[in-house]
Amino acid sequence: MNTITRKTVTVAALTGAALLVTGCELPVGIDADQKGYRGLGMEQVTKRHLEARKRVDLVIPEAESPANSAGPKAGDIYTSVEVLGDLSIGEFNRLMNAITAWVAPEQGCNYCHVPGNFADENIYTKIVSRNMLEMVKTINTEWDAHVGETGVTCYTCHMGQPVPDQIWFEDHGPKQAGGVAASRMGQNLSGPNVASASLPNDVFTRFLAEDPQGLRITPRSTLPMGDNPYNLKDAEWNHGLMIHFSKALGANCTTCHNTNNFPDWQASPPQRVTAWHGIEMVRALNVGYLNPLQPVYPDSRLGPLGDAPKANCATCHNGLQLPLDRAQMLADYPELNRVQRREGWEPSKADAELSETQVDPDISAGDVEDDAALEAAES
Amino acid sequence: MAEYQNIFNRVQVQAEPEAGVPLENERERIGKPMLMHLAGRFGNAQIGPIYLGYTGLFSILFGLIAILIIGFNFWAQVNWDPAQFVRQLFYLGLEPPAAEYGLGIPPLAEGGWWLMAGFFLTASILLWWVRVYRRARALNLGTHVAWAFAAAIFLYLSLGFFRPLLMGDWSEAVPFGIFPHLDWTTAFSLKYGNLYYNPFHMLCIAFLYGSALLFAMHGATVLAVGRYGGEREIEQITDRGTASDRAALFWRWTMGFNATMESIHRWAWWFAVLVPITGGIGILLTGTVVDNWYMWAIDHGVAPSYPNIYPPVEDPATLQGMSQ
Repeated sequence: MNTITRKTVTVAALTGAALLVTGCELPVGIDADQKGYRGLGMEQVTKRHLEARKRVDLVIPEAESPANSAGPKAGDIYTSVEVLGDLSIGEFNRLMNAITAWVAPEQGCNYCHVPGNFADENIYTKIVSRNMLEMVKTINTEWDAHVGETGVTCYTCHMGQPVPDQIWFEDHGPKQAGGVAASRMGQNLSGPNVASASLPNDVFTRFLAEDPQGLRITPRSTLPMGDNPYNLKDAEWNHGLMIHFSKALGANCTTCHNTNNFPDWQASPPQRVTAWHGIEMVRALNVGYLNPLQPVYPDSRLGPLGDAPKANCATCHNGLQLPLDRAQMLADYPELNRVQRREGWEPSKADAELSETQVDPDISAGDVEDDAALEAAES
Repeated sequence: MAEYQNIFNRVQVQAEPEAGVPLENERERIGKPMLMHLAGRFGNAQIGPIYLGYTGLFSILFGLIAILIIGFNFWAQVNWDPAQFVRQLFYLGLEPPAAEYGLGIPPLAEGGWWLMAGFFLTASILLWWVRVYRRARALNLGTHVAWAFAAAIFLYLSLGFFRPLLMGDWSEAVPFGIFPHLDWTTAFSLKYGNLYYNPFHMLCIAFLYGSALLFAMHGATVLAVGRYGGEREIEQITDRGTASDRAALFWRWTMGFNATMESIHRWAWWFAVLVPITGGIGILLTGTVVDNWYMWAIDHGVAPSYPNIYPPVEDPATLQGMSQ
């Protein structure tokens, strides 16, 4: 090797080393932020390439300028305004525009309204969206332990789509042979709900819906006291839900737990309290708002077992620890907190009888005509 | 130095296969021995003769039954789809019965097959142990291999039989399956308050890593003195030669102490055997004697407590009178 080449190589190596040392980080690899006491591995690990990928579709819509709160109320002017009647006409229309942009930007007003007659109730999307407005009010006013000051808007979950990306249905997994063949017992396939682990998959039905199972599987005493009702299989179910949390939030175990002793609250990061309220919240929303809408939905919106679409952590979080990277959208739309919730309203099939035939975008024009003809013939 | 001049080399000598020492009953050796080049690349080129006997025959038969029970149930679990069987092979599992069946016999679909597979697998393993013991006696050897194997069987039975008996239900046992048994391992640690704080788990890891270290040190030493005939370990034990002397001198120079040609094998044997023995004790104590290993370790001064740097956190369930 001659001198010039040797010098070039030396310079290149030194430059490369200097770049590495001075923080010119590679686009791949991980970042580990220390969160707890030193040396204990209490750290938040993020994968660099995933952080960018998770935000590819993340656009925060611009807020419209505030509307005039004076003037007649929407409830006095329009007919069949049930939950937004307290808003002024200006506020009401501003919110309607925003919801269109948040939920159905391509389909427009007619996604939730019968063309030509906005007061018409015969459309399931309108019934559902009214219920969702009540749900948003509930989240923002009763669950501040989870959503804090940031709160939620329709956009938190919908992100410009009529149906949020991350929803769940009851899922017993693919068919297995019957007879005396051993049951999978709800696990042991690559599970879509549990980040492709072989852990029990249908963790949402078990933990985030009616009659939720307990999660406190680890005894809180040194010696067996005979008061812990859970066994190893329960621990596997619990682990499945926790894997969902991790995937849904891009979080580690150590985001919420001091992993030396998972059940101990005293040594836990405060995020665990927020998460605890999140579990309670999503259960309450599924039981109180989302699952009861089942009779209102057309079949095309229901799950394979006929249940309504429901929410889990990913519905809002979408891979981020703070949904929409904590965009303060609710602050621009305080109208959402003036929704008037109806007492004792229960969704029923009759609420949106003709809805499926009218505007479901998933149903082609031909289907609509056939279905309409069928329904006409039946009635 | 030409390769063949070191007795440790890759040259394969083609000669009449070795028949072995004379036996009282020549029927105990069956099959015509043959030479296989590929086998010679990894070990001895000679394949056979073999002795199977009744214990070997039934061991293989029972093992096959266990594997077929497991395999066909795996296949049924993907509705007999061969492509899914291959794709999901590492995910599929045969689960033990649910806790409500206790130690009773559940329906086949609810864990009965697991119980049966476990029975046949255990029978197969125990018969193989008998075979290992008896073959050693037939050759007038010590029974060290059999007892080392017994240590591994002790761990296997602790996981799948002794501990479930102590806990009072089969659901505590390990499922059959690649990922399922790993899920079980994680769940076991989560359920019983972090297995890392179990002192027998600590010992088990120490012996495991120690075994790897000893294996590497011993293998390296013997290879290094191969050029002086160091591979003839037995001769070097009874009649110490330059290989043994140099090996001993090497370790005395590097760390001031050396094992002998004999003692190194006892070290290795005990380290290896203590891996499953300490591990099995740790398993048997979990959930039966100790319910939360972290808290046990704090109580007994095994684990240090670290300063808490988070803001005060309280269990929200106790604040709201709810439980989760």
